[in-house]
Amino acid sequence: MIQFNNVKKTFRRTEVLKGLNLNITTGDRIALVGSNGAGKTTMIRCLLGEYTFDGEVLVNGHNPRLERQIVLKDIGFVPQLPPPLKMPVGQLIHFSASLCGSDPQEMIHVAERLGLDFEQLKSRPFVKLSGGQKQKLLISIALGRAAKILILDEPAANLDPDARHIFFQLLAEKKDEAVMLISSHRLDEVASLVNRVIEMDQGLVILDDRVEDEVDLDSVLKTVITIKRVDEAFAKAIKLWKFKTDTADSDTAGLVWHGTVAGPDRLRFLGVLSRYAAILKDIHMEERKNA
Amino acid sequence: MKHLWLTAWADIIESLRAKWFIVYSGVFGGIVVLLFVFGITESRIMGFTGLTRLLITYIQLTIAILPVFVLITTVRSVAGDREAGVFEYLLSLPISLSAWFWGRFLGRFIVVFLPVFLAMIGAVIWTAIKGADIPWVLFASYTGLLLAVAWCFLGIGMLISTLARSSDVAQGLAFVVWLTLLLFLDLILLGIMIREGLPSETAVAISLINPLQVFRTAAMVLFDPQLVILGPSAYIILDNFSEAGYILWAIAYPVLLGTFCASIGYYLFKKGDLP
Repeated sequence: MIQFNNVKKTFRRTEVLKGLNLNITTGDRIALVGSNGAGKTTMIRCLLGEYTFDGEVLVNGHNPRLERQIVLKDIGFVPQLPPPLKMPVGQLIHFSASLCGSDPQEMIHVAERLGLDFEQLKSRPFVKLSGGQKQKLLISIALGRAAKILILDEPAANLDPDARHIFFQLLAEKKDEAVMLISSHRLDEVASLVNRVIEMDQGLVILDDRVEDEVDLDSVLKTVITIKRVDEAFAKAIKLWKFKTDTADSDTAGLVWHGTVAGPDRLRFLGVLSRYAAILKDIHMEERKNA
Repeated sequence: MKHLWLTAWADIIESLRAKWFIVYSGVFGGIVVLLFVFGITESRIMGFTGLTRLLITYIQLTIAILPVFVLITTVRSVAGDREAGVFEYLLSLPISLSAWFWGRFLGRFIVVFLPVFLAMIGAVIWTAIKGADIPWVLFASYTGLLLAVAWCFLGIGMLISTLARSSDVAQGLAFVVWLTLLLFLDLILLGIMIREGLPSETAVAISLINPLQVFRTAAMVLFDPQLVILGPSAYIILDNFSEAGYILWAIAYPVLLGTFCASIGYYLFKKGDLP
C-alpha cells in the first residue's frame, strides 16, 4: 500500500533521511517512534507530498507529490501542533469536508462522540479552542471521512481519559480497513494501539518489528486500586483518570479507588501507577469489551 | 475551480479575523474620514474641489501607503502561516497546489482591495447625500489604478513569501523591495541620476518599469492631463502614449507585472518544499 524506496531528504547540508526503505500494507498499525530529529516528521511530510526528495514514495502506486489529490483523498492527518487557524470551527469542518468530498455531518458526529459540543463551538475561531478541543476537532476531520491511511502525530497527547477511550474505539472501527501510522516520542504512549513498531534514528529505520496486538482497541479494564495510606498526590493523579473513592465509607475513603481504563491505555496507566509503587497495596484489573 | 473558491473564501475569513486587516481597513477608512473632517472637499486647489479634490488627495496618500501595506501584510501572513504549521495541515487535504496558491492570491486580493475601494465608495455616497457632483470617470479610473497597484504588489508579495522561508526574512525583503522602488521615484534617486547625466531614455525606461512611478504619474495625468507639473518630461509620456494610452499602460503593466511575479512564485512553490 505504501512504499518508501531509498528516500533521501536533505535540508541544506543536513541529510535528514538517509535512504529510507519501508513497505507498509493494509492492516498495519504502526508506532513510529524516535527522538527529536530522527526524521519522523520529514518522513510523514514526504508521504503527504509536502516535501521534495530523492528516491520514491508510492501510495497505492501513486506519487503523492505528482498525484496529490488522488493520494491525499485517502489520507487523514492529525498534526502534533494544531495550526493557528482563525476560521470558525463550523467553517473548518465544511471546508475540509468539501475538499475531501465527505459529508460534514460525519465529522460533526465524530466530534460529538469525542465530547465536543459542536453547536456551541461552531462559531468560535479554531485558534481560540483549548488544546484538547483542537485535538478532538482535528481527529474528527481525519476520522470522519473515508480515509484509508491515518497519519496521527501524537494524537492522544491532549485528550482526557474519556476522550482517549472514544478515540481508541474510533480507531478500532477503522483498524481492518485502514493503515495507521502513529508517531510518538514514547513507545509506551502508543504501544497498545499498534501491531508494528518502527523506530527511526538519524534518518534511518533502526528497528522494524511486529508486536503482539491482542489488546482489543475497543475494550475497557474495570479497575480497583487499593493503597496503604491516604496520599494527596496519588489522589490528584488518579482523579485525572476519573477514578472515584467512596467518601461515605470512612474505612476505605481515599484508600480504595474504582474506575475504568481504556484497554490500549493500560501501559500508560500502569506507568502512572509505577510512580506510586511504594504505597500500592493491590491492583485488580478486569477486561471487559464495549463498556 | 470549486477548490480555488473554497481556498479564496477561507483566506478571506482568515484575513477578516486578523489584526492586520483591522489596522489596514482602519487606515484607509480613517483617511477618507479625516479628509472629510478637515474639509478637503470644501477646499480648492488647482481648480479642484468637492469629491474630485478628495479623490486626488486620497490617491496621493494611497501611493505612499498601499504598496508597503500590501507587501508587508502579505509576506507576514503567508510566510507566518507556513512557519506556524498552517501549510502543513491544510496542504495535507486533497487540494491541488494551483487551487491553493491562486485561491489564496484571489482571496487576499479581495481583502486588500476592498477596504481601499469601499473607502472611496463611502466618499461617493457621502458626496451624493450632500448633493454634490460625482466625477464618475475619475472615480472609475482611480478604481482601475488602485486595482492594478494592489494586484501588482500582491503578486510581488506572493513571490517574496515563496522565496523567503521565514516571516522575518520575508518582511525584510519586502521592505527592501518597496524602498528600492520608492528610491527610484522621480522625486528621489531618479532626479539625482538625471542631474548627474543619466541618459533620458534610461530615465524614462526606469520610470516606466517602476510600478510606483507608473501609478504616481497616472494619478497626476488624471488631474493634470497636460502634465504641467512634470515639466518637459511630460512630452515623452504624451507623445508616446497619449493621456488615455498612459492610463491604459498604468493599469495593464502593474497587472501583468503582478501576475508575472505571482506566476514565478507559484512555479517555485510547486517545485519546492511546501511547509
